[in-house]
Amino acid sequence: MSFQGKKNIPRLTSDKLIIKGGKIVNDDQSFYADIYIEDGTIKQIGENLIVPSGVKTVDAYGHIVIPGGIDVNTSLQAPHMGMSPADDFYHGTRAALAGGTTMIIDHVVPEPGASLLAAFDQWRDTADKRSCCDYSLHIDITRWHEGMFEELETLVKDHGVNSFLVYMAYKDKYQSSDSQMYEIFSILRDLGAIAQVHAENGDIIDEEQKKLLDLGITGPEGHVLSHSEEVETEAVYRAITIAKQANCPLYVTKVMSKPAADVVAKARKKGMVVYGEPITASLGTDGSHYWSKNWAKAAAFVMSPPLSPDPATPDYLNSMLSCGDLQVTASAHCTFSTAQKAVGKDNFTFIPEGTNGIEERMSIVWDKAVATGKMDENEFVAVTSTNAAKIFNLYPRKGRIAVGSDADLVIWNTKETKTFSAKSHNLTVEMNIFEGMECRGFPVVVISQGRIILEGEKLDVMEGSGRFVPRKAFPDYVYKRIKARSRMAEARGVPRGNYDGPVHDVISMTKSVPPTPTTRGPSCPGKTTAGPARNLHQSGFTLSGTQMDDHIPRRTAQRIVAPPGGRSNITSLS
Amino acid sequence: TSNERLLIKGGRVVNDDQSFYADVYVEDGVIKQVGENLVVPGGVRVVEAEGRMVIPGGIDTNTCLNKAYLDSPPVDDFYQGTKAALAGGTTMIIDHVTPQPGTSLLQVFEQWQEVADRKCCCDYSLHVDIPQWDEGVKDELEVLVQEKGINSFQVYMAYKDLFQMTDTQLYEAFSFLSNLGAVVLVHAENGDLIAQEQKKILEMGITGPEGHPLSRPEELEAEAVFRAITIGNRVNCPVYITRVMSKSAADTLTQARRKGCVVFGEPLTASLATDGSHYWNRNWAKAAACVTSPPLSPDPTTPQHLHTLLACGDLQVVGSGHCAYSTAQKAIGKDNFTLIPEGTNGLEERMGFVWDRAAALGKMDENQFVAVTSTNAAKIFNLYPRKGRIAVGSDADIVIWDPDRIKTITAKLQQSALEYNIFEGMECRGVPVLVVSQGRVVYEDDKLNVQQGTGRFIPRKPFPDHAYQRINTRNKVIGRQAVSRGVYDGPVYDVPSTPKYITPAPSAKTSPTTQQPPPIRNLHQSNFSLSGAQVDDNVPRRSGHRIIAPPGGRSNITSLG
Repeated sequence: MSFQGKKNIPRLTSDKLIIKGGKIVNDDQSFYADIYIEDGTIKQIGENLIVPSGVKTVDAYGHIVIPGGIDVNTSLQAPHMGMSPADDFYHGTRAALAGGTTMIIDHVVPEPGASLLAAFDQWRDTADKRSCCDYSLHIDITRWHEGMFEELETLVKDHGVNSFLVYMAYKDKYQSSDSQMYEIFSILRDLGAIAQVHAENGDIIDEEQKKLLDLGITGPEGHVLSHSEEVETEAVYRAITIAKQANCPLYVTKVMSKPAADVVAKARKKGMVVYGEPITASLGTDGSHYWSKNWAKAAAFVMSPPLSPDPATPDYLNSMLSCGDLQVTASAHCTFSTAQKAVGKDNFTFIPEGTNGIEERMSIVWDKAVATGKMDENEFVAVTSTNAAKIFNLYPRKGRIAVGSDADLVIWNTKETKTFSAKSHNLTVEMNIFEGMECRGFPVVVISQGRIILEGEKLDVMEGSGRFVPRKAFPDYVYKRIKARSRMAEARGVPRGNYDGPVHDVISMTKSVPPTPTTRGPSCPGKTTAGPARNLHQSGFTLSGTQMDDHIPRRTAQRIVAPPGGRSNITSLS
Repeated sequence: TSNERLLIKGGRVVNDDQSFYADVYVEDGVIKQVGENLVVPGGVRVVEAEGRMVIPGGIDTNTCLNKAYLDSPPVDDFYQGTKAALAGGTTMIIDHVTPQPGTSLLQVFEQWQEVADRKCCCDYSLHVDIPQWDEGVKDELEVLVQEKGINSFQVYMAYKDLFQMTDTQLYEAFSFLSNLGAVVLVHAENGDLIAQEQKKILEMGITGPEGHPLSRPEELEAEAVFRAITIGNRVNCPVYITRVMSKSAADTLTQARRKGCVVFGEPLTASLATDGSHYWNRNWAKAAACVTSPPLSPDPTTPQHLHTLLACGDLQVVGSGHCAYSTAQKAIGKDNFTLIPEGTNGLEERMGFVWDRAAALGKMDENQFVAVTSTNAAKIFNLYPRKGRIAVGSDADIVIWDPDRIKTITAKLQQSALEYNIFEGMECRGVPVLVVSQGRVVYEDDKLNVQQGTGRFIPRKPFPDHAYQRINTRNKVIGRQAVSRGVYDGPVYDVPSTPKYITPAPSAKTSPTTQQPPPIRNLHQSNFSLSGAQVDDNVPRRSGHRIIAPPGGRSNITSLG
C-alpha cells in the first residue's frame, strides 16, 4: 500500500520495533498478535513473526494495542483578538501524544476577507516547524464571496484539504447567512468536501449578550446565559435542513448539549448524512462552573457553544457516542492563559474562547464510556480514531492497525487510573478544566511514525517531525450515499398542453410605489424578468407515466378514496 | 344594528367545555337568556332547532379579502368573502392587513378598515402584517395596539428581499411586540433557501405549478417553525404559527409545546382537507389553483395527521387562509411558477371539513370541534367570551349545526366568486342549517339574507390572558442574576491596541455596536450580595445533581498562578 504526501519530510527515524503480547483492538474486532514496524509503517501482524535481529521489543503484555487517536478539532494557531493560543503546535501536539493522540486536524482560521490559500500556507509553515505528530488542516470559511470558489477548488484538488467549516455564529465577523451556507454547501458537494459547521444562532446570541450586559451581568455566567442550548439546537436543525437541500454531507463540530445531539440523531434516523462531534469538555464536565466564585476558574470554561449547565449532559453524550448516534470525539483544544482570559474580566464577551482537552480526550472517553460498560473497546477505537479517519479520508492509513498502515500506535492501560491536574499536564496553561478528575485508562506507550514517543512516564518528542497528511476529496464513507442521491434527485416538470385561457392584464403594475409589488419575493433580482431557460411546453420531452411525481416517494402509499381535487372533469376553463 | 328578537328552541347548546339542552333567547344582538322554560316577550320569532346542535358561530382567523396582487384585488372581497363565511357557519373573520414595504401601517390599516366597514356582512377584526422591521414601525405598532384595537401582527420568514426578516429583526420584533402584549403571527418558511431552490428549479426548466412545492419542501417549513419557536422562547413571547401545512411542521410545534413553549398552531382548510398531489395535475389551472405558501404537502397522510393533532389539542385553531384569485390572475404565472399569485379558497368549507374529517369520524368530540373552530381563536385573540361562547352577555353569533347532512362541494353552488374550487366534488358531512349573526338570521334554508356593511370592526385588547398569563409569570420568575465575585486582581494580558488585520472588530464574539459601551454597572464594586454560595437557581436542572466526582475536580484552587 502506498500513500501520497509522505515525501516532504526526510525520515527522521528508521526504528524497527516489535510489539509483543498485546491484544490488538481495531474498530471491528480484537485479537492477540504481535506487530512488527519498520520505516514508520506496520509491516507484519501475527504470531511468531520472523523479524530481523536487533529489533527493539516493546512488551504490551496485559494491555491493549490500539490505533493512535485522531483529534479532528484543535486550534493551536488561530489568534483571538491578536492573542495567540497558549498552546501552539509544539505544546499542543506534545500534549496530544502524551494522551495517546497521534494525529490532529487543526483549524485554519483566515481573517475575514483574507486569502484562504495564504492562511493555509502560513499554518503549514508553522506546523511543519513545530508539530510533533502528523497533522492535517481544516479551513474555516470566515467570509464567503463568489470569488472564493477557485481557492476552494485549489485547496481541494492541489493541497489535500477536504473539509471546510462555516460559522452560524459570531455575527458581523464570521457568520454566514442561510443563502451563503446553501451556496457553500452546494460547492463543497461538487468538490467532494465535507461541510463542517459551528452551529449556534449568532443573531440571537448577539441580542442576548446586549441584554445581559444591560442587566449588569458581566461575569463568565453571562456567557452561558447568552449562549443557551436552544440557540445551539436551532442552528443544528437549520444546518441539517440546508445540508439536506444542498445534498451535502454535514459534520457538526462541538456538540455540547443534549437537545443538539438529539437533533443530529433524529436527522440520521431520517437518513441524513450528518455526523456529530462531542468534545472532551462536553463529555467530561458541565457548565455549572460558570457560576464558580473563582473568576479564573469560571473563565477557563468559556467556549462556544458553552458547556451545558445540565449535569446529565456528559452521561447522555457518552451514551449517544456508544450507540453510534454521535461518531467522533475531538477536543476543540484552544487554550488561553488566565491573563489572556482576563482581558474579559469586566465583560464576558471579551473572554477568549476555548478549553483544554487534547491530552485528556481518550482517557475521558475510556473512563466515562468504556469503564462504565456503555461502550466496548472496539467502539472506543471507532470514536477516538477510526470514524474520524473514515470521514476525513485518512483510512486505512490512519485509524487502523493493519499491514501497510502508518505505525501510529498506542499501548493502553485499561486497569489503572490517572489524575488530571494543571500541575502535571503537558500544557502551558495554568488551569485545567478537568482538575482533580481521576480517569481509568491511559497510554503507557505511544508510537508515532514508528518511533516511541512515550514510554512509561518519559515523553520524548521531536519538534517538527510531524508531517502534513493530505486528504483526498470524495471520501467513500461519506460520499457514496451523496453521489447516489444526486443521481436520484432529479426533479422533472409536468408536460402539459399550452395554457390558452385568459390571462389577467398586468400592464398597470408599474403604478404602485415599491419596485416589485408582487407578494412573493423574486428569487433574486433579475431572475424573474428572465424567462425560464427552456420552455417545456414546446419541448419534445415525453414521459411514459401520466404524472411526474415518482420522486415523491410517499405517493406510493396513496390511499385517498376520494381524490382530493375531486372527480370533476374540467378540462376547459370557464 | 339589529333589534330582532329571537328564541332558539329545543336545541343542544354546545360550548367548548360542555353540551346541554337549553333554549337561547337573543335580543339586540346579544344573548339575553340561556335555559329552559324561558320567559320571553310576545311576538318573538321562534326558531325550532329540533334537537340539533346550537354552537357559537365560527371564527376564521386567517383571511385575505383585500390583498391585491400586482394591483388587482382578489375576486372575493369583503362582501363576497363574508357571504361565503356566513354560508359556512363562520360569523367572524380576522383579515390580514398586508401593507407593502415602505408604506405606513396605520394608513393601510385605516384603508382596510374603511373598505371592510363598507362591505363586510359579518363582524371582523384585523391582523396587521409587518412588511419590514425598522425603528419607524415601532411607533405605529404602539398606536395600533393602544388606540386601534389590534393585538396581533404577522412577521415573515419567507419572501426574501421583500417581507423577510432576519433573525435579529425577528428577535427585536418579538421583544417589542411582547412588551406591547401582542400575539406574534409567523409565516414560517425559510426564504433564503426557497429563493435558492426556485432559482435551481427554474434553471432546470421546470416552470409549472409543480415547481412551487418542489422549491418549498416541507423541511423548510419545519425549520422555520423551529427557529421561530426558539426565538419566541428566548424572548418569552407567545408565537402563533399561521398556516401549518405539513406533518413535520406540526410535529415541531407539538414538541415545543411539550417543552412548555407558549406557541399556537393554525392548520388551514386546505391542509386539513386536501394534499399537494394536485400540483402535478395535467390541467394547469387546477394545479395553479392549489398554489399557496407554505404549499400543500404532497404527503397524502397529512390531512389525517393534522386532524389528529387538532383533536388532541396540539394544534389549536383552524383558519382558512382564504385568498381567492381567478384563473386569469393565476395565469400571470403561466410561464413561471414564482409569479402565480398565492392563495386558495376555504372560508366557506372550513367548518364542514373539520366536522367531516374529525368529528364525524370520532377523532374529535363536538366540544373540541367548537374549540378549534371558534373558542380557541376567541381566547388567543382576546375576543372571549364576547365571541366563541354561547352564554348570557355574549354576542348573538350562533349556528344551528346539522351533523348528519351531506353536502357536495362545487364551484357552481358556492358563495365565492371563484370559478374553480380546490375541493371540487368532495362530499362533506356537517352543514349549518341556520346562521345568526349579530342577532339576525342571515342564513336559512340554503339562502343568505345579508346586508353589505353590517359587519362591525371588533377591537381587541392587548395581553390576552390565554396567551399572556404564563408569559407574565415567567417574566417575573426568570430574572437572571450575576455571580458576586471578588475583584479579579491577577495579571491581564496586554491586547495589542490596533488589530493587525483588516477587520473592524477584532472580537470574535460581538458585533461592533456591543463592544463600545462598557457595562453600565460594575458588579464587582457593588454591594450586591446573595445568600447562596452560587447563583444558579435559574438553572432548574441543577436540582437533579447526581455527579459523584464533580466535573471540575475536587481541587481547592482559590489563588491564581
